[in-house]
Amino acid sequence: MSSLIRKEYDIPANDFSRAGEASSNVRKLLTQLGVNPTIIKRTSIAMYEAELNAVIHGNGGKARVEIFEDRIEILVYDEGPGIADIELAMQEGYSTAPDYIREMGFGAGMGLSNIKKNSDKFVIESELNKGTRVYITIYLY
Amino acid sequence: MAEYFHSVTLEKEKCRGCTNCIKHCPTEAIRVRNGKAMIINERCIDCGECIRVCPYHAKKAVTDPLSVMNEYEFRVALPAPSLYGQFGKEYSRERILKGLTELGFDWVFEVARAAEIVSDATRHILKSGKVRKPLISSACPAVVRLIQVRFPNLINNILKLESPMEVAARIAKQTVVSEKNIPAEKVGVFFISPCAAKVTSVKAPYEKKESSVNGVFSIKDIHIKLMEKMKNIPPDCDCELVSSGAYGVGWAGSGGECAALERPKTLAVHGIHNVIAIFEEIVEEKLKDVDFVEALSCIEGCLGGPLTAVNPFVAKTNLKCQVNRAKSKDFSSENTAADYQDLLWTKDMEYKPILKLDENVMKAMIKMQKLEEINDGLPGLDCGACGSPNCRALAEDIVRGLAFETDCIFKLREKVSDLADQMKAFEHIYRTKQDGSGRGKTNDG
Ligand code: SF4
Ligand code: SF4
Repeated sequence: MSSLIRKEYDIPANDFSRAGEASSNVRKLLTQLGVNPTIIKRTSIAMYEAELNAVIHGNGGKARVEIFEDRIEILVYDEGPGIADIELAMQEGYSTAPDYIREMGFGAGMGLSNIKKNSDKFVIESELNKGTRVYITIYLY
Repeated sequence: MAEYFHSVTLEKEKCRGCTNCIKHCPTEAIRVRNGKAMIINERCIDCGECIRVCPYHAKKAVTDPLSVMNEYEFRVALPAPSLYGQFGKEYSRERILKGLTELGFDWVFEVARAAEIVSDATRHILKSGKVRKPLISSACPAVVRLIQVRFPNLINNILKLESPMEVAARIAKQTVVSEKNIPAEKVGVFFISPCAAKVTSVKAPYEKKESSVNGVFSIKDIHIKLMEKMKNIPPDCDCELVSSGAYGVGWAGSGGECAALERPKTLAVHGIHNVIAIFEEIVEEKLKDVDFVEALSCIEGCLGGPLTAVNPFVAKTNLKCQVNRAKSKDFSSENTAADYQDLLWTKDMEYKPILKLDENVMKAMIKMQKLEEINDGLPGLDCGACGSPNCRALAEDIVRGLAFETDCIFKLREKVSDLADQMKAFEHIYRTKQDGSGRGKTNDG
């Protein structure tokens, strides 16, 4: 079955002030739908982390959000440098963010594990020099 | 008690149906319909933004008339700390408090004092560590309502302590009853308020508990009268009514509540739109390192309340002077929350969603689809001429059955021009027909 609602967002490179715009938009959408607040929170945290990754590591990218009868599917993708070792990247605290970004309080290496923690299904595909695609599924019930 | 009491109301005769208020309301609670603004009750948080921006002064806050004092035998004034910022440096706190007694109050209990008690309780709670961080102050009722209607995930972060106003009212009443031997129902305690939100929190408390405050007067209403009275009081007078130190007085402005906590990891935000931005960050867990958030709806905090008399920045300078003077007075050993459990809310707050399109998620999705479709067809200028705050809000109103697509003047123009085209085409057919038959006639003739 095709999605009932579909939204696309641009994620600008290196602009922290705008990272979170898409997830905040999605949060409003889900609130209007009357989705359970806890699910809204999980969705918005997972999506925000994915957005942030695209900002920090991926030179920006795009997000596609689809809402189905029973679930939310999010795809965040970029055409950045890709991740060399996904398993390593998944570990809490592992980060390749440059110092200046860490000083701003971002890039603490919690991103991917946080996405995993907050989503029901989480798939990451990455190819060096091609980019990264993060698929997040969260069930509504 | 009415389910939706609001202090903020519209004076219809004065309203010209402009778009100022609909554009500034933080919860999109206002629409202009049939040339007049109307407030959607369940959405309004009584922040007073619309009072500030209305050029025709059609939005006002309902407060109590001073005459309600006559209904009580013993009357206590509870001045909000922001009152101290309304006068220049020649007006000491002593003079202001004395002035209040000349206005017909038998006693004055500083809300600043209760603020110190609340701060003490907050320190205990933070130290206990048994809280969801960041803890969000509940001092500003507009902010608490904002959380209630828009940020369900933050309900558990609210500091569930009574506000300084409530604490002051309760202690003041108890004191009078026990010391003067006057029955509680004959003691009237009156809050002197900088805002509408406080009025609403007295008349319709969110914890649904009855307020101990008997009436709320606006600072504006007593400002000039108080000035008059103070003229006859010497500037350096002494006054035993002073019962708060610098922390309590400082609560009036932004950052005051944070300062009183004496902790490093606090954040103070003021102005309702800034508050919303910070709350979004908390929901996204971006502010994990902060212990406490002081969030005040008005710019510069209560000093910028919609019912204050002087410019908030002038008030800030005035207050600085009051805070400095108060530094020599330390009531910290008296103003403690011996048992802060007494100050805890007795009821929890429930989420009151205002954005939901439908009770049923599936139905809401179908409405959302429709909403998106309509929104795509609107010009995206957010001009407000339709009476809704922006194009998307109009689309939402249409889906909810509260507005029509042709409320949009551009859509209307399209429709009219379509209609005109149709008319033209019709006229053309009609003309050709007539001409044809006419010619026929001449031919005949
Ligand atoms: S008081 Fe605030 S929330 Fe209520 S209608 Fe006015 S601007 Fe909107
Ligand atoms: S900041 Fe103060 S004056 Fe303004 S609405 Fe909140 S409590 Fe009232």
